[in-house]
Amino acid sequence: MAAAGLEMPAADWLVSTAQTELLRFTTAGSVDDGKSTLIGRLLYDSKGVYEDQLASVRKATRNLTTDGLDLSLLTDGLRAEREQGITIDVAYRYFATPKRKFIIADTPGHEQYTRNMATGASTANLAVILIDARYGVLPQSRRHAYIATLLGIPHLVVAVNKMDLVDYSEEVFTAIRTEFNAFAEQLKARDLQFIPISALKGDNVVTPGGRTPWYTGPTLLEHLETVPIAEDRNLTNMRFPVQYVIRPDQDFRGFAGQVASGVIRRGDAVTVFPSGRTTRVESIVTWDGKLEEAFAPMSVTVCLEDEIDISRGDMLAHGDDTPHLGRRFEATVVWMNEKVLEPHRPYLLKHTTQMVQAKVREIRHRVDINTLGHQRASDLHLNEIAVVSVETQRPVFFDAYRKNRATGSFILIDAITNETVGAGMIIGPDVHHHSGPVTPSERMARVGHRPYVIRLAHTDAEVARLIERHLFDQGYLVHVVEDAQHLAQAVRTSFEAGLVAILFGAAAQDSSAVAAGIAVDQIITMDRAQFEDEAQLLHAVVSTLATGNAGNVRLTDGAGI
Amino acid sequence: MEPQITHRTLTHLRALEAESIHIIREVAAEFQKPVMLYSIGKDSSVMVRLAQKAFYPGKIPFPLLHIDTTYKFQEMIEFRDKFCAEIGAKLIVHTNTKAIEEGANPFRLGTQKCCALLKTRALLDALAEGGFDAAFGGARRDEEKSRAKERVYSFRDSFGQWDPKNQRPELWNLFNSRIDKGESIRVFPLSNWTELDVWHYIYLENIPIVPMYYAKKREMVVRGDSLITLEHNMPLKPGEEPQMVMSRMRSLGCTYCTGAIRSEADTLPKIIEEMIQFRRSERENRVIDHDQEGSMELKKREGYF
Repeated sequence: MAAAGLEMPAADWLVSTAQTELLRFTTAGSVDDGKSTLIGRLLYDSKGVYEDQLASVRKATRNLTTDGLDLSLLTDGLRAEREQGITIDVAYRYFATPKRKFIIADTPGHEQYTRNMATGASTANLAVILIDARYGVLPQSRRHAYIATLLGIPHLVVAVNKMDLVDYSEEVFTAIRTEFNAFAEQLKARDLQFIPISALKGDNVVTPGGRTPWYTGPTLLEHLETVPIAEDRNLTNMRFPVQYVIRPDQDFRGFAGQVASGVIRRGDAVTVFPSGRTTRVESIVTWDGKLEEAFAPMSVTVCLEDEIDISRGDMLAHGDDTPHLGRRFEATVVWMNEKVLEPHRPYLLKHTTQMVQAKVREIRHRVDINTLGHQRASDLHLNEIAVVSVETQRPVFFDAYRKNRATGSFILIDAITNETVGAGMIIGPDVHHHSGPVTPSERMARVGHRPYVIRLAHTDAEVARLIERHLFDQGYLVHVVEDAQHLAQAVRTSFEAGLVAILFGAAAQDSSAVAAGIAVDQIITMDRAQFEDEAQLLHAVVSTLATGNAGNVRLTDGAGI
Repeated sequence: MEPQITHRTLTHLRALEAESIHIIREVAAEFQKPVMLYSIGKDSSVMVRLAQKAFYPGKIPFPLLHIDTTYKFQEMIEFRDKFCAEIGAKLIVHTNTKAIEEGANPFRLGTQKCCALLKTRALLDALAEGGFDAAFGGARRDEEKSRAKERVYSFRDSFGQWDPKNQRPELWNLFNSRIDKGESIRVFPLSNWTELDVWHYIYLENIPIVPMYYAKKREMVVRGDSLITLEHNMPLKPGEEPQMVMSRMRSLGCTYCTGAIRSEADTLPKIIEEMIQFRRSERENRVIDHDQEGSMELKKREGYF
C-alpha cells in the first residue's frame, strides 16, 4: 500500500501522497468476535506494521493463525490488559493506503465500557461493528450501533466476521443483515454497509475472498477507502469560537480559533456572541499567508474591521444564521464516572471554548441501551445514557448536535475531583420550562413509559386486577377501566393522562371503545383463549410492554437520535 | 444557503496540523504556565513549527525546555542554540547537575538508572522549579504499543506520575484542563501523527532538522548490529576499532543509547524512502526500550514522557 511509493522516486511520492484524505473510524466488538484480529489484519495486510513490532509478535505468539502470527497481539496494549487478555481503554492505531490515511479508535465492546465507545465514536467518520457470524446480532451489537448513531457517526459498516466458521454461508449472512436492518431502522442510520469477512483468513478485509462468490460488494478496505465523507461536514452554518487573542503589538489584534463549521470569508459581515455586535472580517491570517476564506476544521486567525471587545469563549457567526443563545437546553448525556450524576449539583461544562458552571435540572428519562426504551431515573450511573435538561450560569451559543457536532457537544467536569464525568449532545433549546399545556412527551418522560391500551379478551375483573398489580409493581402507571357507561371516554382520559389502561371482558372486545385518537401501535390486544393459563397471559403482556412490540416504536422523538 | 462545495477538503497533513494548532492554543489559553519540551529531534522540530503557526504573527508565548543530560551529541547542542536564537524562542536548559557531580553516567549506572536520574528526575525537577502546570511533548501514539492509549492531555499527579487507570476520557476536541495545585498535564499535540507524517511535513514545510539525520561518513564503533559513536569518551571493548562508516541517526537521544544505522540517505526523500523500505520502528535502535518488556510504560508511570 504505502510501499507503492517505492516504484516512483520518493520526492514524487511525497508530493502525490500529500493529497490523501483522513478518515477516522471506530471499531466495536465483543471480547471474542475477533476485533483485534481484524485490526491486526488491516494493519498487517496494508503493510502498516513495522518489522520490529512484527518480530516481537513472533516472540510472544499464543494462537497461531494461518500466517503463523497472532494478529491480535499487534494491538494489545498496556501490561495490565495484557495480563487480563482484553483491552479496556480506547487505543488509537494508524495506517495508510495511497488513497487515505486512517485513524482507528479501537474500543472495547464489553458492556461496562459504553464510556470508551462514546469516546472513540466522538471524532469518527465511520463505525465498524463486528458481528460473530455464528452468534448473529447480539445485544451488544445493538448497543454499538446505538452509541455510534447517538454520537453522530454518519457511516456504519457491519462486518459479519468468522464467515469461515459458518462455511461462508450466504444464508447466515443474509439472516444477520435482515435482523440488523430491522433494528437500524429505528436508529435512522444514514449509511449502512454489510460485509461478510474472515479476519483470520483475510477474506474481504483487504483482498476479495474467493470463498464468498455470492458477495459482490467492496472489501472492507475498499469501502474505507472510498466511502464519501466530504459531505458529512457542516459547511453551511459558520461558527467560529474564539480560542485565543493574538496581540503581539499595538497594530495587530487577531482572534485565533478553529472553524467549527461552515466557511468564513474575508469581507463577511459577522455577528459576535454574546455581545451581538456586528462587524466585518478584515483578513484571515495564517503563517502560510492571508486567506480569502477558511472552512472547518481549519485553525486560523481572524482580524475584524472594528475594535470590538472580544475574548476567549466568544463566537463569530453570520448575522442571518446564528446559533441558539441561551442558558437552558436539552441534551443526551453519557455518564462516564463512578460517582453518579446528581441533578442540581454544580458541574463545570465545557462547550467549544467556553467553560461555564452548569447543573442538570432534571433527568427527563434514562435510555435503556438494549431496548432503547425510556425509563424514569433520579440519578445516572457510570455508562448510563439519559436525556436531561441542563442549565448554565452564563449563556452558551449552541446548535443541535445532529446538525453540528462541534457546537452541539459538551463535556461535564466535576469541580471537586476535576474528572471528566459526562459527555453531552445537545438536542435543542429546553422548551419544557415554558409555561403551557403539559405535552404527551413530558408525561412520558415523567412516568417512564408510553401510554398503552391493553385489551384482554375473554377475561374477568380478577385477572385484570392481577395484571394491573403486577405491572404496577414493575413501575408502570396502570389502571383498569371499568366504567361501562362512558367506556370510550374513560379509555381516552386514561390514555391522555399517560397511563396504561386495561380493558377486560366485553369492553375489551368493543373496538369502538378504543378507536378514538389512539395509535394502533399503542394498543395491545390479547385473547385469554389463546393462552394455557393466566400466568402465560401475564407473561405475554409483560414482555410485549417491555419490548415495545405493540408498536415497535418505543424509540420516540425525545431520544435525541 | 449556498450549495456545499466538496473541494473544501483538507489533506491529512493539513487536518493534523489544524488539530495540533488547536491543541497548542487551547493549552496556552487555559493553563497558567505552559512550557514546551524541546528534545532537538525531528518531532520537536515539527512541534515548534506548529507552535509558531499557532501564534503567528505573535511569538510563541511560552518557553522551550531542554533537558540536557550532557550526553547529547555536540551537533545537537549547536543546532539547538542556533535554532532557538533564529526563531526568537526563550530556551531553558536544565541538567541534573547534582547527579552528574556525584558521578552519574550510563557506563557506571547502566541505562535504566542513568535515564531515571538524568532524564526523568531532571525533567520533574525542571517542571517543579519552573512552576509549569502544562508541558508539551512531541510523543506520538504510533511510537510504541503502550502509547496507543495515551491521551492528548495526560494527567500527572503532584509527583509527576502517570496512572493508566486515572486518565480522563477525551471526546471531540474538548480537553479538560482542570488540575489542582501541584498537579500537571503533559500535552501531546502530535498524538495522531505517524513517523511518516512527521517526515512528510518536514519535507513539505522545509523545517530545519539536526544534520545527524542525514547520512555521511562518521567515525563509529561496530558493536553487534549497532553502530556507536565515539563521543563522550565511550569506553571501547577489547578488540574494538573505530572505523569510518556511511551512516545516520534514525532518532536522536544520548550518545550512549542512540545507535546509528548504515545508510546512504543524505536527502529527505531518501530518508523517507529508506524508512518505508526498512519499516523498522525508529525506536529499534534506542537501547532503553529493550531494557525490559513494557519498559516505556514503566518509565511513563515514573514520570518520563
